[in-house]
Amino acid sequence: MPDIQALVSDLASKLRKRRVQGSYETARLTAELLRAVILQHKEPTTNGAASLIEAVRRVGEQLIAANPVELAVGNIVRHVLHIIREEDLSPLTDIVGELKLSAEDDVEDIAEDENSQKSSATTDGCLLKPPLLLAVFEHLPDSATACQTFSSENIFAGKADKSAKKLKSELIKAVNELIEDINTCREGIAEQAMELIHQNEVILTLGHSMFVKEFLCAAKEKKRSFEVFIADGAPKFEGHILAKELDKKGLKAIVITDSAVFAMISRVNMVIVGVHAVMANGGVIAPVGLHVLALAAKKHDVPFVVVASTHELCSLYPHNLEVLLNEMRCPSELLNFEEFSDCIDYRIASSSSLLHVVNPAFDYVPPELISLFVTDIGGYSPSYIYRLIADYYSSEDLPPQQKPAS
Amino acid sequence: MGAQKKRAAAAAAAARVSEDPDDLARQPLQAILLADSFTTKFRPITLERPKVLLPLLNVPMINYTLAWLEAAGVAEVFVFCCAHSKQVIDYLENSEWFSQPNFTVKTIESHNIISAGDALRLIYEQNVIHGDFVLISGDTVSNMSLTQALQEHKERKKKDNNAVMTMIIKKSKPSPITRQSRLGTDELFMAIDPNTKQLLYYEDKADHSKGTICLDKMLLAENPSISLHNDKQDCYIDICSPEVLSLFTDNFDYQHLRRHFVKGLLLDDIMGYKIFTHEIHSSYVARIDNYRSYDIVSKDIIQRWTYPYVPDVKFCGNRATKLERRGMYRASEIEQSRSAQVGSFTVIGYGTKIGSNSKISDSVIGEGCTIGSNVLIEGSYIWDNVIIEDGCELRHVIVCDGVIMKAGAVLKPGVVLSFKVVIGERFVVPAYSKVSLLQQPTVHDSDEELEYADNSSGTVEFSSIQGTADQSNGEMTSESSEAHKPKLGTGGVGYIWSICEGGQEEEWRHSVAPIPEDKLAELSEAMDDDQELVTQDRTALSTSGELISDSNASEGDDNEDSKDDSVYFEKEVEATFLRAVEENVKVDHVILEVNSLRLSYNMTSADCAGAVFYSMMKLAVKTPHSSARIAYMLAVGLLSLYPSPFSMVASNAYPIYLSGELQQNTANIITTWQKLLKSYLLEIDEEIEIILKFEEMCLESAKEFSPLFARILHILYDKDILQEDAILRWADEKEGADESDKVFVRQSEKFIQWLREASEEED
Repeated sequence: MPDIQALVSDLASKLRKRRVQGSYETARLTAELLRAVILQHKEPTTNGAASLIEAVRRVGEQLIAANPVELAVGNIVRHVLHIIREEDLSPLTDIVGELKLSAEDDVEDIAEDENSQKSSATTDGCLLKPPLLLAVFEHLPDSATACQTFSSENIFAGKADKSAKKLKSELIKAVNELIEDINTCREGIAEQAMELIHQNEVILTLGHSMFVKEFLCAAKEKKRSFEVFIADGAPKFEGHILAKELDKKGLKAIVITDSAVFAMISRVNMVIVGVHAVMANGGVIAPVGLHVLALAAKKHDVPFVVVASTHELCSLYPHNLEVLLNEMRCPSELLNFEEFSDCIDYRIASSSSLLHVVNPAFDYVPPELISLFVTDIGGYSPSYIYRLIADYYSSEDLPPQQKPAS
Repeated sequence: MGAQKKRAAAAAAAARVSEDPDDLARQPLQAILLADSFTTKFRPITLERPKVLLPLLNVPMINYTLAWLEAAGVAEVFVFCCAHSKQVIDYLENSEWFSQPNFTVKTIESHNIISAGDALRLIYEQNVIHGDFVLISGDTVSNMSLTQALQEHKERKKKDNNAVMTMIIKKSKPSPITRQSRLGTDELFMAIDPNTKQLLYYEDKADHSKGTICLDKMLLAENPSISLHNDKQDCYIDICSPEVLSLFTDNFDYQHLRRHFVKGLLLDDIMGYKIFTHEIHSSYVARIDNYRSYDIVSKDIIQRWTYPYVPDVKFCGNRATKLERRGMYRASEIEQSRSAQVGSFTVIGYGTKIGSNSKISDSVIGEGCTIGSNVLIEGSYIWDNVIIEDGCELRHVIVCDGVIMKAGAVLKPGVVLSFKVVIGERFVVPAYSKVSLLQQPTVHDSDEELEYADNSSGTVEFSSIQGTADQSNGEMTSESSEAHKPKLGTGGVGYIWSICEGGQEEEWRHSVAPIPEDKLAELSEAMDDDQELVTQDRTALSTSGELISDSNASEGDDNEDSKDDSVYFEKEVEATFLRAVEENVKVDHVILEVNSLRLSYNMTSADCAGAVFYSMMKLAVKTPHSSARIAYMLAVGLLSLYPSPFSMVASNAYPIYLSGELQQNTANIITTWQKLLKSYLLEIDEEIEIILKFEEMCLESAKEFSPLFARILHILYDKDILQEDAILRWADEKEGADESDKVFVRQSEKFIQWLREASEEED
């Protein structure tokens, strides 16, 4: 266990110090760390899944607190929790099936006693809606009355113990799949390039995104010929890197400034961008400048396509975004401290300098401005994102684990 | 084919060879962090807590330095603790720094060390530094990348074994008015070879009153090109080779890193060691050297120039803080009344309570503070667990842990309240005062910290000789003159310290409070005068007609004219007098010339007496390097592009006045020219005029005299230039004057008393 703790604090400190950045990198590292957590987790005799969930959640909380802005961490943690619940469920439903035969009435009683709000569910309903049933089982050991009425407790415990080992190996397999998915998501996205990029089209992108690069390169490799406008993406000017990379691949790229996007948009057939995170309502958190670009695209009815992988799907809704999920970066990315040190001088009587430099890292683009999401599992419209999130995360984990002090 | 293979093999071998020293160089980078500044600038706070543990935005300073060292790729840090070493070590042990992977922090402790030089000698003895190391003090905030500077240092070292140190510098223009950088440090002069970036000259204690700096003329002779900078800031981050430590051991008198070590290496050609500079752009480096830089750096951090070392990033286990709109940083569990107004660019720590109708702006509030209602806090730094009761006002102050301010207390700008002081109800603490529970130690018996070779030390030592009369020299109000009684209102606990170093005159330079506007106006006026002086010097013998085209004169105001006239008259008299000295003109002739000047400017004989006396004293100041005047004239011409009224004087050494020497000079000159002076001293009024003139000089143009005031007064009395009546009447006149005006009366109190007693005896 101390070994794990060291790994966790190592990743947490990397996140804190902003040494790990970007959703792909963070997602991969988080998933690998959680795999180690599961692997080294010592199973208690009963209720292995619950304690595992607790362990993963605890690690997850530490990592999320380390850098709340890096949403991919929370996404992966919730997804792994979801996997555990799912894997836990499949053997358990079998047991419950057996139990149902022997103690059908009891289960119904318990369901009614414990979850008065869910009591409307019938026995059949319980089986059809696995999460609800799971909730029933989780609560079982806590409740003394339930234990008394539960006639076949011993049978259950024995079965669960046997299934625990199976559960763990299944889990590891599932998490490995997740890591594999993260590693291959780029190819998954790039596969769809041919359907979206047509001959002689003009594409506009902003800044640098790995997904966009792979996407464009995939189309190029299939002998599509097209032109790419690259807005340079102030203040980091990562568009220049993209331009170099595309040049190596033999793609025609034209670099423009961010402020020229509106002038150029009428010549463009499609805007393709990468984002930081996809919110539950279908809006996106994206590098600064994208909102302007999205509005320009809307004005000229140019399709605004977002490429994102499933690990960027975030179960949060965008409330108070500018404050909670933004990062104010160093002003020296915008201007040179020495040149302005005369203006940024607090010595003179008024004491506070009049010049302030604000350098937010992200923009929020509302769902109305987005035409299509291209993910590694296919293309979706913004209005469908909530459904994907239901597939990927369990409802129990959805409210983010808020610390009491907030 | 074979040849080709051979060449490939040779290339591979060469590659291996070139890799080898690289491997050697790749040994883990070490750093020495001095957790003691060896100065007294943060007193009285540093009497109770070491400077490196003082909170900067609620995080002890040393964390910023350690976090930066870790990020810069340093593998091993030796923290040298001296003053309050136990506190530093305890803090580090409880922090997460001891448990970092790939980053070890070790402490070295010593109690009898009084300077950075001693510290480095001790570290050398311990034999822990094996390769290049970073030398830094624990009060540095930075986010620069070391990679390039390190690379440059290593490459230079490979080529030239004598390149022992690379000093990091940064552009920072000093204010032309106050002659200090935005961090409150003195204007720094550096001569750097523009091609090799070698440092050739370093002067951080230039004498501004004379407007000159001196360069060794060999510097100009030996180097094809040098660039002289006054717009660079020394970041106090040095990349050193191990030789530096042995150099400190060899030269056991090196104490201060800059004043002794750097200057020592630059002056001493024998060893041939060289120091180079590396200028950084855009990234942030600042050292917290005084209260002003504490204020400025805090504000820079709030403005996020030091990103990622900002409060909302947990870079060192600090408490979670959120950045909200308009640059407000708030920790959790803050209780704030709805009617309280918290302005932009503030930091509020965990668990602080703010009462109704209180206004807070541009301030940092620590953890667990309780702020009552109707409190006004502006531009202040309030540390942890401070209680501020209703109706207090704080503007530009520092308030340490556990202070209690009773209702209605007011802190004026620049006040520093040390730990656990209690300020009584409705008490007003005067501007720039420092209040502590501990009594002020008497001058220079400092236990843990010692200021080395400060420019003001001459004055300080002198005042200790002068004794009690001088003790109250820089006091501000009659209240604080009884400093040794706790006088902080009803229920107040603590002592108001008197200001000893540099006096009140210098206090505003390093305070947390911004520079008051009237002070700036005063300084810029003084600067205009200086500028005139330089022009005057350059055209030493030109007539006044040329100079009247000045902006002031064109206004045609009567007052302005007469003021200008008297200034020109003084200059003319001075020029005449200097010529007389140089050409050995007879006294009678000089009297004639001065008389003619007096008639042409329509001045009284009192004015003449004043002007002649002024010229004599100026001569006394200038005597040691008057022989270099010709070179000086040349240099002024050379440096006309130079943006300040400073100019170079080519002489072999920077003139350092010992007070004794200066007194001797003055006495000689007075003896030689007493006849000239006496010829204008017809009545007692003229004699008083001389004393007043002298007093003015001591305050403004020739501060060197200020410690000698009483002695020179005595000389003048001995030579029968001043009569006792004049001196006594001057003393009487000053009786009703301001406290700040009485400085010199107090200084010569003993002498005056003696005179009084003598005259009574005669009666």
